[in-house]
Amino acid sequence: MIKLENITKDYSNAGETVKVLKGITFTIKDGEFVAIMGPSGSGKSTLMHVLGALDTPTGGRYFLDEHDVSSYSQKDLAHIRKDKIGFVFQAFNLLPRATVLRNVALPLIYARVPKEERDKRAREALLSTGLSEDRFEHLSNQLSGGQMQRVAIARALVTNPSLILADEPTGNLDTQTGELVLETFKKLNAKGHTIILITHERDVAEHAQRIIHIRDGLVVKEEVSKN
Amino acid sequence: MRIADLLEETYTALSTNKARSALTILGIVIGIASVIAMTAIGQGAQASIESSITSAGANLLYVSPGQQRGVGVSVSAGRGSAQTLTQDDATAIQSSISLVKAVEPEVSRRYQITVKGGNTNTNVIGTTDAYPDVRNTQVAEGVFISSADLQNYNRVAVLGPTTVTDLFGEGSDPLGQKIRINNMEFTVVGVTAAKGGSGFQNPDDAVYVPLTTAQRYLSGDKYVSSIAVEAVDSESMTTVQQQITDLLLQRHNISDPTLADFSVINQADIVATASSVTGTFTILLASIAGISLLVGGVGIMNMMLTNVTERTREIGLRKAIGAEESDISMQFLLESVMLTFFGGAFGIILGWILAWGVQHFGFASTKVTLETVLLAFGVSAAIGIVFGYYPARRASKMNPIVALRFE
Repeated sequence: MIKLENITKDYSNAGETVKVLKGITFTIKDGEFVAIMGPSGSGKSTLMHVLGALDTPTGGRYFLDEHDVSSYSQKDLAHIRKDKIGFVFQAFNLLPRATVLRNVALPLIYARVPKEERDKRAREALLSTGLSEDRFEHLSNQLSGGQMQRVAIARALVTNPSLILADEPTGNLDTQTGELVLETFKKLNAKGHTIILITHERDVAEHAQRIIHIRDGLVVKEEVSKN
Repeated sequence: MRIADLLEETYTALSTNKARSALTILGIVIGIASVIAMTAIGQGAQASIESSITSAGANLLYVSPGQQRGVGVSVSAGRGSAQTLTQDDATAIQSSISLVKAVEPEVSRRYQITVKGGNTNTNVIGTTDAYPDVRNTQVAEGVFISSADLQNYNRVAVLGPTTVTDLFGEGSDPLGQKIRINNMEFTVVGVTAAKGGSGFQNPDDAVYVPLTTAQRYLSGDKYVSSIAVEAVDSESMTTVQQQITDLLLQRHNISDPTLADFSVINQADIVATASSVTGTFTILLASIAGISLLVGGVGIMNMMLTNVTERTREIGLRKAIGAEESDISMQFLLESVMLTFFGGAFGIILGWILAWGVQHFGFASTKVTLETVLLAFGVSAAIGIVFGYYPARRASKMNPIVALRFE
């Protein structure tokens, strides 16, 4: 369960304070598939950083599975990211000269999972994203964009996190491939994973069950998706 | 992160950029190799000087004439050329000090030696039959000077192997041949075995004649230029040194020891002095080589900083998926330590080959010691830590948000 209470975030730049988030409040229940949608400059990236425990808010409270993450130190944030959050980035961010399996198993290295267990879980995660098994030993830079993003999704899944946070996951993909990736998210959600999709595209956002609209650092509208 | 995983990550990272890693390692390889080779040359010099001093015989004390000082005036005569010691002093040392095993007085001076068809200028040593035992010298051909030669003032000579070659040419048989020293004829009765001594005096390039003959026909007086005293064992060296000093002071009627007209030098003192000189020489060579090692270390730092910048996004990703600062800093630190570790290993091998080559091709004798190897290894690992620390810290302190956005 994710609960944001009046989250604010200020940045000071050259002595000038910019209020990026101005008081955001919403709740996401376990097993939900939610899209956070807004134009560029709306503050959705900053919100993503707060949700992903990459940054702490200036004000307000953020509860992730009853943990008050908003007051955590850098070290504790790293622990929360390791245990509770899986990231999917627009640019995939795979290690280029490592195999697919190694990329997926990477978070488990930091979680001190033994090697055999890592391999097993990485394979399971990859299979659940629909990547064919003959690709597992390929180097990640030998894959197509769609395949890379599925590897990245598998990497986000492999620790079995409370929350999968996808930041414009289809931004670098053509429409058809993007559609496949979004279908993958839907399948994962059907299996019980909580997913937050951050996007500026309505077509993409509509794959989620619920859409939270952000504009100028505030929630302007919440709607249930038509799908 | 587990150690095995950390090593695997490090290996993957370094092997991704093989050419760059290899070039960076090269700096350390050259640095370590030169430290090893230079130290080996220095220690080789030390070992060869020490062995040439000790090859002159064991447990030796040297008594040599020194300055004669009167009240207020100092009659400065060069050490060794002053005439204060006599054959009687040597006999007195032998007879009145019980810890003395043997005494070998000698008078030495350079003369022109001539034979039919050859001549050389070398050291002529007037000595006694105690010489081979005291000075640890073997006779290769013929015989050495006998007590009969001493008693009868025989004009016989024993040659060093180098002198033989100089006078008669390579591989000739000098026994029974006549040589002229100071225009006086001597018969060659023996040749000493080669000692290969180098340094201050070459025992292979000398002519040995009876002391009495030398005093009568060559120097024309009763003085000796030095007395070598062999103590019974190394423990009694200090006692014997003191006893000789006391005895000679008494014999020369000198009450104030600071006015002694002779000096007694312990062989161990000579070794210690020579060692301290060659030790300084070794340190000098090693420090010059150390500078190249330092340059190699800067190369490591440079590469690691480039690496950290290039892999900013990777660092961001690793942090996003849960790596702590310590995980990141350990990873980068281990990369630099691994580089210097391999650099150190290859450097030691190369240094060893260089040291071997220097000796094999006869430039200088060398000696690679275990201490040097361990020290070189330790230094290279330390360089990895010292020069890898800053880049690793920089990587670990990166803000994941900024790092992920880095283009």
